[in-house]
Amino acid sequence: MMSSQEIIKVGMADLNTAVYPDILTTLGLGSCVGIALYDPVARIGGLAHIMLPDSTQIKNNSNKAKFADTATIILVEEMIKLGAVKERIVAKLAGGAQMFAFNNANELMRIGQRNVAAAHSILEKLGIKVIASDTGENYGRTIELYTEDGRLVIKTIGHGIKEI
Amino acid sequence: MQNIDMVDIDKLNHLHLDILKEIGNIGAGNATTALSKLINKKVDMKVPKVNILEFKNLADILGGPENPVVGVLLDVSGEIEGMMMFVLEQRSAHTLVNILMERDIHHISEFSEMDISALNEIGNILASSYLSSLSALTRLMIVPSIPHLAFDMAGAILSVPAIEFGKVGDRVLLIETEFAEGIDRVVGYFILIPDIKSFKKILSSLGVSV
Repeated sequence: MMSSQEIIKVGMADLNTAVYPDILTTLGLGSCVGIALYDPVARIGGLAHIMLPDSTQIKNNSNKAKFADTATIILVEEMIKLGAVKERIVAKLAGGAQMFAFNNANELMRIGQRNVAAAHSILEKLGIKVIASDTGENYGRTIELYTEDGRLVIKTIGHGIKEI
Repeated sequence: MQNIDMVDIDKLNHLHLDILKEIGNIGAGNATTALSKLINKKVDMKVPKVNILEFKNLADILGGPENPVVGVLLDVSGEIEGMMMFVLEQRSAHTLVNILMERDIHHISEFSEMDISALNEIGNILASSYLSSLSALTRLMIVPSIPHLAFDMAGAILSVPAIEFGKVGDRVLLIETEFAEGIDRVVGYFILIPDIKSFKKILSSLGVSV
């Protein structure tokens, strides 16, 4: 590990970018989704922690990082500013869990699933391929995106650590 | 455009916040009495806090986004809508079931099905007594759902109410009350998260205009 390596935290409804050798992380993803983007040639990464699927469904949508659609678009723009090339960017997704097993699976309780679907849909629109994902289930996830090689490390409580 | 039934969180004044604090005081007061009877020990309660937090700082109240906690969530419907959560840090949850099951206080293993079921029921009893005192105070009908339990990272558990607030704004208002059972150090939180439309109802039921 290089000593100059920085770990950049991304909060809820927040996004950020990083250049090699830095690491992007977001802690305790529940029904929110972590959208991790990576340009393997420029070794530039981007991470968004989105809460809701669609900015057009919500009146108060000034915080672009809160929504799958607007967050992804901004994240790609920010990465391009740093030297990433859109055609090279690939995506990995994590999160979108259903934390509480409500029987009457109402709209709110299925929000995780809807967030994942929205992330897939905007990435497809932008022509960005989702090369790996770890979504759904009923547990929280902490994720780390390494700009070294684009690996996404997923940590959980009681469901192990994995790398995608 | 602001819906007329909604209250802008940022425009609540000191009087409003004091009233919400008092709700936390009465609700949690009843709930800690119920807990005290249940475990036959003295339980102390701290002064409730009304927190208005940005999403990114939300999990800090529970020891950071990765801190393992047990959360019992009840959906609240009726004349007040929202969520009620009862949260215990992992260690406190173990201690509490140990007291209840008459095991050694320091016994720590994975939660058994029986433990989970006991925690669920504790959450249910406490949250219900919180809500029934709130209902008596405001004379508003409050119907809690059956309880749902999750043991996971604080951030992941709090994402559920946070998303609900995310639909209308960029902050979360919660009425938080910490309680502690002195000797064995059980520390937990009651968190009442009224739906944005319910603030006005709660405040007007108590004769305060918003």
